[in-house]
Amino acid sequence: MSTVTCPECAAEITLEEGIEVGEILVCSDCGVDLEITALEPATVQLAPMEQEDWGE
Amino acid sequence: MQRRLKLGVLFSRVRVEEKWIFGAMEKRGIDYDRLDDRLIHFDLNVPKPWQDYDAVLERSISYNSGLYALRLLNAFGVPTVNTASVAEICGDKLMTSAALMRDGVPQPHNATAFTPEAALEAIEAFGYPVVLKPVVGSWGRLLAKVNDRDAAEAVLEHKSTLGSVQHSVFYIQEYIEKPGRDIRAVVIGDRVLTAMYRKSEHWITNTARGGEGELCPITPEIEALSLRAAQSVGGGVLAVDLVEHPERGLIVNEINHTMEFHTMQPLSGIDIAGEIVEYVISVAREYA
Repeated sequence: MSTVTCPECAAEITLEEGIEVGEILVCSDCGVDLEITALEPATVQLAPMEQEDWGE
Repeated sequence: MQRRLKLGVLFSRVRVEEKWIFGAMEKRGIDYDRLDDRLIHFDLNVPKPWQDYDAVLERSISYNSGLYALRLLNAFGVPTVNTASVAEICGDKLMTSAALMRDGVPQPHNATAFTPEAALEAIEAFGYPVVLKPVVGSWGRLLAKVNDRDAAEAVLEHKSTLGSVQHSVFYIQEYIEKPGRDIRAVVIGDRVLTAMYRKSEHWITNTARGGEGELCPITPEIEALSLRAAQSVGGGVLAVDLVEHPERGLIVNEINHTMEFHTMQPLSGIDIAGEIVEYVISVAREYA
């Protein structure tokens, strides 16, 4: 299992098996949305904020 | 022997729905590309790379990105799910209402105006409370239940001053006293796969706004109306939202063309992702 560091609050986050590039996870400490931008090594960035035309 | 299809899935982020769709593709041994709409570009002088796809499934989280991508792909001759025409109609509440009106599909009473003054006149004719919605929007965002003239004047001024020009297309809808829920039906092609009540004490029942899902039996009436609505906007992979009007019965509220189904799939036990992939394959084979 790999871990990443939240860029917002520096919390250590353990990634689940089967995580994919482009997936969104929520930092359990500060609640910010993070996007997986790479695997091996696992890398996260702050996820883009919701835009006005987002949805179904 | 049929040649192996090549499919594409246009996406913005990998939600659980996209994970399920990718999994369904891989389970079927489909040769597919994941197309991140933030990384791709379309060179209109060089359509060939796109024309190698037998079909593209559009799963963009952005209405604009998805719609323009579909328009270009369809212009290149690439079949898509859904088509640009379907996306254009479903993504704009006014266009959806016009299509439903044209085909005699029951929907809430609604009106449109382009200035606050004209909108106020229409609102006063409706009577209060009344609902204002942006013509483009999702997840229950920027909906307003307007209870009196003071509120109407304020909301109209805010929309026309603070919003983009699109917010000056004032979409006015009757307020419907729902029975604490609305209904979402998943329609793929000519089948209604499953339906769900979205329950909430709030008048906005989107699950994105806290609405809770409960399985809804597909009655003949729900099936017939859902199929009529889907057909009216052009058909494909659609989520039809229905409302139980206290006087008129079942009516169509809106239709979504890039539906989320993270609640409905486990709730119904139906492999919606797999059904979507099968539909894309059928579209690809039809045009291959």
